[in-house]
Formats: sequence, structure tokens, C-alpha cells
Amino acid sequence: MTSFGTLLNDLIDETVQTSLCHFAPELALSGTIVLLLLFRLFGAVDRWIPPYATTLLGSLVALGLCGAQLLELLDVNGAQKPEPFFTGLLVFDHFGAFVRGLLALFLVLVVALTVLTGIPDREDGPDFYSLMLGSTIGMMMMASANHMLMFFVGIEMASVPGYVMVGFLKGNRKSSEAAFKYVVYGAGAAGVMLYGISLLTGLLGTASLPEMASHLAIVLGDGGGAGTAEARTILLAVLMVMVGLAFKLSLVPFHFWCPDVFEGASAEVAAFLSVASKGAAFALLVRFCLALVGGNPGEHPEFFTGIGIGLGAIAAVTVTFGNLAAYSQTNVKRLLAYSTIAHAGFMLMAVSALVVVLSNGASATGFDSAEAARMCIEGLLFYLFVYLFMNLGAFAVVALLRNQTFSEEIDSFNGVGWQAPALCTCMAICVFSLVGLPPLGGFWGKLVIFMSLFNIGSNVHWFMWVLLVVGGLNTVFSLFYYIRILKAMFMRQPMDEARPVEVPSAIGNYALLIALPVLLLGLFPTWTTHLANDVARHFFP
Amino acid sequence: MGLLFLTSLIFLPTFGALVLAVLFNSKAVEAMRVFTVVVTALTFLMTLQLWQSFDPSVAGIQPAENGVSVEWIGSWNIHYRLGYDGISLPLVVLTSFISMLAAMASWSINKLHKGYFILFLLLETGMLGVFLALDFFLFYVFWEVMLLPMYFLIGVWGGPRREYAAIKFFLYTLAGSVLMLIAMLMFYFGSATGGGLGEFNILTLTKIGQGSSLVKFDEFTQITAFILLFIGFAIKVPCFPFHTWLPDAHVEAPTPISMILAGVLLKMGGYGILRIAFPICPWGAQYAAYCLVAIGVISIIYGAFAALAQTDFKRMVAYSSVSHMGYVILGMAVWAVSYDANGLVTGTKGSDFWLMGMNGAMFQMIAHGISSAGMFFMVGVIYDRVHHRNLDQFGGLFGLMPLYSGLAAGIFFAGLGLPGLCGFIGEVFVVLSTWNFSPILAIIAASGVILTAGYILWTLQRVYLGAEYKGPHAEEITPMNAREATIAVTLLIMAVVLGVYPNLMFNVMNGSMAELVDGMNTGLINAATEIANAAASNAPTP
Repeated sequence: MTSFGTLLNDLIDETVQTSLCHFAPELALSGTIVLLLLFRLFGAVDRWIPPYATTLLGSLVALGLCGAQLLELLDVNGAQKPEPFFTGLLVFDHFGAFVRGLLALFLVLVVALTVLTGIPDREDGPDFYSLMLGSTIGMMMMASANHMLMFFVGIEMASVPGYVMVGFLKGNRKSSEAAFKYVVYGAGAAGVMLYGISLLTGLLGTASLPEMASHLAIVLGDGGGAGTAEARTILLAVLMVMVGLAFKLSLVPFHFWCPDVFEGASAEVAAFLSVASKGAAFALLVRFCLALVGGNPGEHPEFFTGIGIGLGAIAAVTVTFGNLAAYSQTNVKRLLAYSTIAHAGFMLMAVSALVVVLSNGASATGFDSAEAARMCIEGLLFYLFVYLFMNLGAFAVVALLRNQTFSEEIDSFNGVGWQAPALCTCMAICVFSLVGLPPLGGFWGKLVIFMSLFNIGSNVHWFMWVLLVVGGLNTVFSLFYYIRILKAMFMRQPMDEARPVEVPSAIGNYALLIALPVLLLGLFPTWTTHLANDVARHFFP
Repeated sequence: MGLLFLTSLIFLPTFGALVLAVLFNSKAVEAMRVFTVVVTALTFLMTLQLWQSFDPSVAGIQPAENGVSVEWIGSWNIHYRLGYDGISLPLVVLTSFISMLAAMASWSINKLHKGYFILFLLLETGMLGVFLALDFFLFYVFWEVMLLPMYFLIGVWGGPRREYAAIKFFLYTLAGSVLMLIAMLMFYFGSATGGGLGEFNILTLTKIGQGSSLVKFDEFTQITAFILLFIGFAIKVPCFPFHTWLPDAHVEAPTPISMILAGVLLKMGGYGILRIAFPICPWGAQYAAYCLVAIGVISIIYGAFAALAQTDFKRMVAYSSVSHMGYVILGMAVWAVSYDANGLVTGTKGSDFWLMGMNGAMFQMIAHGISSAGMFFMVGVIYDRVHHRNLDQFGGLFGLMPLYSGLAAGIFFAGLGLPGLCGFIGEVFVVLSTWNFSPILAIIAASGVILTAGYILWTLQRVYLGAEYKGPHAEEITPMNAREATIAVTLLIMAVVLGVYPNLMFNVMNGSMAELVDGMNTGLINAATEIANAAASNAPTP
């Protein structure tokens, strides 16, 4: 009885003293949801305080808390070990704090965008924002997952509100169809993933990510390789878990939902799915891969190299397919959906390189594998950071112009460039950054990833060279379809029936707010690369 | 002439563009035109100041041995490093000179003026940056920066097929720059020692490439990087198999932009080869020398034949650029080497000839910058009046526009390479030095001069001579106005000055060129020794 009491006391102590502190941003968001719903319940309050104001405030608080956590972690740089909390279900570390900060920042920006475009009207505001906040909480949990249970719960918690948000444009057939497709795909992928998780945890005897690597080494045994039945089953399980992640990341061949969903959903929701959901899923993917490969490089290199190269092959196919399929699109959101697919492929290249370098350890002389691994993480995080701004910027301009032209076809943007030069210049900045041209932020993201590929390709495995070439070629390909948006905006005559576009200054300022960081990150990337490097250093000291 | 001066030189046009964007009403067209001309003229004056302060007795980089720099991105050893020498200075001055004249020629732009002038000025910043950058990374960034305004300048203000031409230009150059990027990464990781940071500094990379440093690039790196870089730059030059973007871009671009394209942008390719591809990869350059010479000769002949076949005036001038830039590649690549009994490279054979070829190539770049910009301008002048460019529908312009026709004849003769005009010097130097490399190729290259004379004289005959003008819009043919005459006269004067006093350029460039030739010779010998040693240590012991 006493022992149970002590256990309970310890649990309460741990929860109150550490876990809840680490969980503060999520708590702030949860509190905001409760407030939103309460305000609506007591009708009058809702009139005075619009739902978006509550949401904006709540997400700003969450952003502040994330920022404070990250600063606190960076302060004690090096000394800070990853700190599991909630009895080891989640983990508190630099990487998680960075991604959560990113998600909170994105939430703030996207909520500000919805205020400008007015997509949820006042009536629906609380519903819409609770869904968005709930989804963000799920993504934050994905980013700090430390256990296969949270792995699954996080993904589902992020996805389910997403399904509803996609179908939020009630009465729009396309929107409903998109939501339905998304649900069916999502459910299927989740089922497969859950089966994979159960296989994996069953074989390894643990579901805790930090313990997986050592258990895996035991199961693979001395012989190692993919020869034994256990190894094959584990490979199958990993594959099935990857299916779930690939669905979230819209990797080929699990990308089919992406264009339809983006086309059906409003541009704001599409931006949310395109950026936040990708960021969280990549964080989770990195955690999963690190859990598998673990801290002892050199054991069973061929097994893990195989996984890494498999990821790389998927990345190459995804990038190429995304870019080629984007050519024939006439709807901007579909085009951006394929661009999202392609970018997921680019970022996956970094993860692939990471797995390959970690599984082989220090092979060549004078080659610092920890440094190379750091560069992969650095590239991924920087890419995500820029991607947040550039992709949100592109979607935001689409949303803002939609409110004027009532269409999201590329042709409807004909000649808009000279009617709303500020807005369209922002679009141009975002688009060129998506292509990866200097001096814009997207260039550095690609560059760091290319540098890692080059470095690992020449020192560890030649396959990374293949990825580098594929990536380079795709950069050139991608220009062709991205530029179609700008071509319509600046080089075409407006259509006869189109009415002139007038953009209020608040909207122009918002677009500028999004596009300016893209330019600044391109001109002065140092601060962000340092931050990303610090975060990466904590994984691979 | 420190960092501040060079920076303000590069970014003065950008500043002008900002002022245009913020302060000018888009209806104040005349004010914007004048403002742009003033900004470009100020930039030109600053480059003249640079020319003034240049010390020809110093072969290396000025104003300081390693250029002037501040750290840009420390974690990858990227610096904002600027500087100039006898190779880049003439091109810097050419850039600001042609930009000024192109700004004066921009009166013919008749829509969306504000956007045009903003992009025009941004383009000038990009071009100046390319020629002044001494950090490979910075070079790359400026190289790309220049693409964006160019794309819009062709795509928005161009002719009927402008969208196609603009995207073609963009895609070609971007493909080239991706190759350059890969070469850049090869250098960066190849120059890193013991897990340290690599190098982007062109001067340090040159030392490494020439074997006078502890780190060395191996044979594979040298050859691969050279090929990647050469393709990247050859697209810009453009050389024979990569030239197809050029006729489209030139024909569709508005007149001032054609002037800049031909006058400056093509030179970036040549400059890139001289500044980066050659000095960093001497072994690779020598490895590919024969192929390069062949590409140069083919470009000369092919361009000339293609020019002969054109009926579009501007397309004819565009192909003449392919032909003329062939001399540039040819002059650079005539690097003959001698071998010892074992087939090992012992050094340059007749390095004075090669230096002459290099000088000729460099001079040809400047000369072509002036003559081709002039030719495009002359085409623009008549196009503004009669709105067509069909060579078969001209004729008799001498009677209607005597001043214009006289100036045009002068400028076309400069392009032809008539002695006493700028085109002659470069071609003669190049062809003479080619003899040392391969007499047959020299003969073929020299015969290109006949073809050049053929298409230029035939064009002059079809356009200016003849009894009367029978084409459309005959009533709109008016004599040149003062602004147009100023531009044409300035270009013609420059063509004559360079033709009769080529030392104006040679004095500036010779020192740097000689150093380049020496350095590459050293680099070749070092690389040969290295490779021989490697072969010896790998050889099976008996």
C-alpha cells in the first residue's frame, strides 16, 4: 500500500514539477480551445471577443512558451540531456523544442491569414479554430514523441481534425469529396501503421524509442543482415510504419490524396496541411530513424544502409514525380500540392543521408561522421524553417487573390501582377525561393542538403551522389512549372471579363511580412543555420 | 578604393531601383527614364574612377592581394570578397558603359515603365557583382541574381514569342548553374583538410588547383570539375552545342536588353572560364584543350553559316555573336604542351603564343561587347521606325537616313573585323596563336573571317544600299534623333579607339593574363608530377 502511495506521489510530483512545465505550450493551446468553446456557450462573450482574437492570443502565448523553452535549452548548451517526461512517453530536447516553436510560429501566422481572408466566418470561428489548435497539439506531440504509443496518438490527433478542416467548406462538393478521400486514405494508412507498430513492439519487446536500438541489435543477433526471419519481419514492420509516415508526408506512392485534398480544401487549410503537418511528420520520421539506428554505428551497417537507401530511392521518385506531375496542372492549389510532394522528397533526401551516414559510422579517414550527420539535421531544420515562410507565402497570396478573383485557376491570375505589384512581388519571392534560387532562403535549404549528400556520397555511399544529381536536375525541372504562376501574373493580359484587383494595404503588409523573412533568410542565413546546428549538435555531440 | 567603394559601386543601381520603386509615380515616365540614365552614368563614372586608380604593374588582385572581404557565412567559410585585376576591370567598365548606353536606348520601351527600370537597375547590380566577386559562392549568387530580372525583362517587354524565349534562357542558364554548383561543392569538400572547413575563396582555390598548396585536387576532381564548369559557362558564352537559347532570347528581347545580353552577359561565360574554370583546374583545362579548340572553331564556322542563312536582321546579328564568341573560346584554349620521352607533360610549348591567344580572347570579349551592342542598337533603331526586321524588305536606307546608315556601316565593319576597328585585333591575335596549336584549325578559323565578311557585307547591301526602300511603313522613316545618334557615335568612337590603340586594353590586362598563363603552366607541371608519382607508387613491384 505504501509502495503504491509512493509511486503515486512520485508520479504526481513528476507530473506537476516537470512534465506539465515541459508541456506548457500544448497546455496553453488546450486552454485556448476550452476558452473558445466556453465563450460560445455563454453567447454574449463571443460578441465582444471574436474567436480569432482568442486563438491568436492563445497561439502567441504558446509561441512565447516554446521560444522560452528553446532559449532555456540553448542556455545550458551541451549539458542538457534529453529529458523524458510523462513517464517516458514524450521527450523534452532541443530538436523537439525547435520543431514545436516552428509549429507555434506557423499557427500564429496562419491564424493571422484567416483573419485577413475571413475563411471561417464568425459563426464557425470557434469550431474551425478548435480544430486547428487541436491538430497543432497533435503535431507538437509528434515532434516530441518518445514512445510508439505517442507516435500513433500524435499522428491521429494531428490527422483527425485535419479531415474535418478539409471538409469545412460545407456545401462545396469538392471540399466534401476531398475530406472523404482524406479520411479513407488516412484510415487505411493508420491501420497499416498500427499493425507495423504492433509487430515492431512485439518483436523488440519495447515501445520506448530510446530502447529500440539496443533491443534491435539483440534481435538481429551476431549474424545480422536481413537473412533471418526476425530481421525480415522487422523490415516488414518498419516498412508498414513508414507507410503511415509516408501518407503524412505525401511521399510517392502514398501521395494520391494530396492534390485532391489541397484542391478541395481552402487555401488556408491547404497551407496548414502543407507546412505544419509536414514539419511534424519529418520530426517524427527523424526520431523514428534515430531510434532504429541508435547510438552504436557500425553494427549491422548493411541492414540500416538498406533502409537509408530505400528512403533515398523513395525521395528520388517523389521529387521527380511531384515535379513532373505539376507541369500539367491548371489549378494553383493542385500545382502547389505537387510542389509540396516534391519538397517532401527533397527533405527526405536529408533523412536518407542521415540514416546512411549513421549506420556506417566513421569509415573513411578524415571524415567526421558526426559532423556529416549534424549537417543533415541542420539542412532539414533550415529547410523546414524557410519552407514555413515560402510555402505559406505562396498559399497566402493564392488565398488573398482568390478573395478578389473568386478563382484559383492559374489563368485567373492573368495580368494581376501589374494591378497588385506588392502582393505579386511577394509571390515571386516565394516562388523563386521554392525553386531554390539565391539569394533567397530556399536556396540555402537546398544547398545544405546538397552539401550533405555530396559529403556523404563521396565518403560513405555512392548512392547519395545519385540523389544529388536527381535533386539538381529536379531543381531545373521545377522552375518550369513554378514560373507559370509568375508568367500568368506578369506576362499575360488580364482576361476580358476579369475585374481589376484591388488589394487593401493590410493584406499587402501581411504578404510582405511573410516574404521578407524568405529574403532575409537568404541574405543572412547565419543565425538560423547556427540555431539549427546547435539543435543538431545535441543529437550528435 | 576599398570594400566600401566597391560595394557602393555594385549596389548603387539597386539603391536607384529602390528609389524608383518608392519615390516615383508610375506615370512620371520621362522622369524615370532620366533618373535611370543618371544612375547608370554615375555607376559608369565610378568604374572610371576604378580604372584611374588601377595599377597595371600589379599582376594580382587589387586593391589588396586577397581582395577586400568581410565574413558572410562563417560556418561555411563564405566571405563577401571583392576585388579586381586586369581580367575583370575591363569587363566591369564595359558593363557600366553598355548599361549606360542601354539605359539611353530605353526610350523605346513603351509599357510598364516603372517595372522595367527597376529590373534594369537590378540587372546591372547582378552583372557588376559577377565581375567583382572573388568568392566562388558570392559569384554564384550574383550569377543567379542576374537571371531573375533578365527573365522578366525578356518575358514582359519582349517580342511576340517572348514567353518561350524567356523561359528557354532561364532554363538553359539554370541548368548550367546547377552544374557549377556541383563543381563548387567538389572544390569546397576537396579543399577541406582534416575535417576543417573548405574554401570558397577563388584565389585560395586557384593556389590549391595549381598545386602550390598543401591540399591538392586529384586528377578526377580537376577533370570532372572542369567539364562541369565549362558546360556551365559555355551555355552562357554560348558555344556551339549550347547556343540555341541565344537566337531566341536576342530576337525577342527589347533593343536595350539585347544590347546588354550581347554586350555583357555573354562575357560572363568567358570571364567565368578565365577566372574559375581555367585557373582552378589547369590539368582539366589541358585535358580538354583540344576539344575546346574544336568547339571554338565549330562555333566560328557554324555561327557564320547560320548568320548567312538568316532573313531576320536581329537573328543574323545574334548568330554573328555565336561566331564571334567562338574566337574567345578558341583564343583561350590554344594551350599547346610538350611531352618528354615517357609521354609525361613537361610544360607549355610556346607560352608566348598562348598568352597572345589569351590576350586576344580577352580583347575580343571587349570588342565584341562594343560592336555587338552597337549592331543590336542599330537594328533597334530601324525596327522602331518600320516595325519589321526582314532583311529582304529593306534597302535604300542610305538615302533616307544618311547619318544612321553611315554610323551603322562603321559599327558593322567593326563587327566584321576591318583593320583599324576593334574587331580586327582580337581575331588576328587569336588566329595567329592558333597556328602554334594546330595549323589546320588556324586555317579553318581564319576562313571564318571570309564568311563573316560575307554575311556582314551582304547585310549592308540588302539593308542600306539599293535604290529605294520598298518595305512597309516607308512613311515613318525619319532621321536619327540626337539621343540615338549619341549612343551610336559613342559606340563607334570606342570601336575606332580600340582599333587604333589596342594598348589601352592590353596595358591593363597583360600583367594579369601573363600571371594566369604562368600559374596554369606551374599547375600543369605540378599536377603531372603528382600523377606520375601516384602511378609510380601504385605500380606493382617487380
